[in-house]
Amino acid sequence: MIATIAFYVFAVVLLVAAAMVVSSRNPVHSVLFLILAFFNAAGLFLIAGAEFLAMILMIVYVGAVAVLFLFVVMMLDVNFAELRSGFQRYLPIGATIGAVLFIELVLVVGGWSIGPLSEGARFAPTPANVHNTAALGRLIYTDYVFLFQAAGLVLLVAMIGAIVLTLRERKSSRHQIIRLQNSRTVAETLEMVPVSLGANINTLGIYRPKVTEPEEVLADESDSEALLGHHGGGSGGAGAHHAPEVR
Amino acid sequence: MSNFFFETTGGRVILTFAEALALLVPLLIMVAYLTYAERKVLAAIQLRRGPNVVGPFGLLQPFADAIKMLMKETVIPSGSNRLLFLLAPMLTFGLAMVAWAVIPVNEGWAIADINVGILYLFAISSLGVYGVIIAGWASNSKYAFLGALRSAAQMVSYEVSMGFVIVSVLLCVGSLNLTDIVLAQQTIWFCIPLFPMFIVFFISTLAETNRSPFDLPEGESEIVAGFFVEYSSLSFGLFFLGEYANMILMSGLTTILFLGGWLAPFGVVPFTWIPGPIWFILKVCLCLFVFIWVRGTFPRYRYDQLMRLGWKVFLPLSLAWLVITAGALMLFGWLPHAPA
Repeated sequence: MIATIAFYVFAVVLLVAAAMVVSSRNPVHSVLFLILAFFNAAGLFLIAGAEFLAMILMIVYVGAVAVLFLFVVMMLDVNFAELRSGFQRYLPIGATIGAVLFIELVLVVGGWSIGPLSEGARFAPTPANVHNTAALGRLIYTDYVFLFQAAGLVLLVAMIGAIVLTLRERKSSRHQIIRLQNSRTVAETLEMVPVSLGANINTLGIYRPKVTEPEEVLADESDSEALLGHHGGGSGGAGAHHAPEVR
Repeated sequence: MSNFFFETTGGRVILTFAEALALLVPLLIMVAYLTYAERKVLAAIQLRRGPNVVGPFGLLQPFADAIKMLMKETVIPSGSNRLLFLLAPMLTFGLAMVAWAVIPVNEGWAIADINVGILYLFAISSLGVYGVIIAGWASNSKYAFLGALRSAAQMVSYEVSMGFVIVSVLLCVGSLNLTDIVLAQQTIWFCIPLFPMFIVFFISTLAETNRSPFDLPEGESEIVAGFFVEYSSLSFGLFFLGEYANMILMSGLTTILFLGGWLAPFGVVPFTWIPGPIWFILKVCLCLFVFIWVRGTFPRYRYDQLMRLGWKVFLPLSLAWLVITAGALMLFGWLPHAPA
C-alpha cells in the first residue's frame, strides 16, 4: 500500500518537475527542477527494486553532472528574452523531433510488452537469490566485459580529446614549482654580509637575501605583474623563481 | 502482543519514527557538545581557558548559544530569491540528518540496514553541495556566490578520490552493506592494510565537510564568511548544525570503513567487556578530535594548492592503490566471496 502511494507521489512529482524544466523562466530554476526530477526517478528505481541503479543515478547525475550544469548556468550571463525570441520559428522542427522520439519510445515499449521474444526476459530480469548489484556486476564484468571495455575506451578517447582541445599553456603567468621550493636551502638564498665594527648593526652578523639573479628577470617580472594586475606568487617562502628582493 | 502491533503498517511507521528520534536526539546533543569541545580544545591548543562562564566548566554554553540564535531576527536580503534562500539551510540540515538512517552503531542497530548503504551515504554526501550552491546563488551577494562556487568545485573534486578509496575498501569486503563492511574487519581493521587510503580518506573528508585547512568556501579573510554571509538567526544556525552533523557523519563513516565500527580493538577480553556502541562513539570522538586538532594546527590552503592536492596527488594515489589492492587480492586469493 505504502509502495503504491510512494509510486504515485514520485511519478506525479517527476512529471511536474520535468514539465517545469522546460517551462520555467529562470534557467537556474530549470536546473533545480531537473535535479528534483532525477531525485524522483531514483525513487521510482528504488520502488522497482533496482536500488543500485537508484544510488548510481543520484551519485552520477545529481551529485556530479547536475552540479556542473548548475555551475555553468549560474556563471553564464543568459539573456532570457533572446532565448525566447525564436520560439515560433523553431517550433515545427522541435515538434517534429519530439514526435519522432515519442514514436520511437512507443515502439520500444510496445515491443517490450507485446513481443513474443521479450516475454521470457521480462519475467526474470535478475537471477534468483542474487541482489541486483551482484546481478549487474555479473552482466557487465562477466558476460559483456569486452563491450564494457570498448565503451570505456571510447570515453577515454573523448576525455583525452577534451583535455587536448582545452589545455593551453600560458607562458606569461607564473606558477609554482613545488619541487624547487621544497629543495631550497638557507645557503642558496641567504648570505652572510660582513659588517665592520661599530656600523650600527649587531656585530654577530645578519642574514639578507642573496642577489644573484640577473637584472632582466626583475624587469620581466615587474612587466608580468603589471599585466596580471596582481601578484601571482604565493606568500612567504613561495618564491623559488622570484628574484630575491633587494633591500 | 506488542510484537504483533509492530508487525502492522501503522506500528512499523511508529516504530521507525521512534528509532529515528532515538538516533537524532543524541545526535543533536552530540552536535551541541561538539561545538563546546571544539572551543575547549582550540582554547587548550592556544593556551586559553575557553568557555567557562555559563554553567559548571561552561557546560551550558551550547544551549546559551542556541537560545541566542533563536532569539535573533531572520534577515532576508532584498533582491534575494526568498524561497531558495530559505530552502538552502533546511536542505543542508536535512541531508546531514537523513544520512544517519543507514549508519550501524552496533550490529543490527541501523534504522535501515540496506544493501547499498555505502552508496546511499556517498549519494547523500554528494547532495550536500546543493545546500551550499543554492545558498550562495539565492543570497544575491558576490561573496556568497564566490564561496558557493569554490565550495562546489572543491566538493566535486574530492568526491572523486573519496570514491576510489571507498571502492578499494569495498574490494576487500565484497559487499556494499555497512554492517558487512564492519564485520569484514573482525580479523584486522582496514586502517592497517589500507593505511595510505585511510589518510587520503580522512583528508578528503576534511575537504568534503569544508573544514580547515580546506575551509576556503568560508574563508573569512577573503570572502567574509563565504556562502552564508547573508544568513542570520536560525537559518544560520541550521547551516552551523548541518556542518557539525556532517563532521560527525564523516567521522562515523571513517570509523565504519577503516576503524572497525563497533568492534573492540584486538577482540580480547578487557576490551570486549565494553559494549559496541561505546566503542563506536569513542572512535567517532577520536576522529572528531583530530578534526579539531587539524584546525588548531594548520593554516588554510591556497585554492590552487587545494585543487592540486585533490587532482594531482590524491586521485593518482588512490587510483594506483585501488589497482594494487585488486592485484594483491587476486594474487593471494583473498578475494571475498560475494554473499549470494
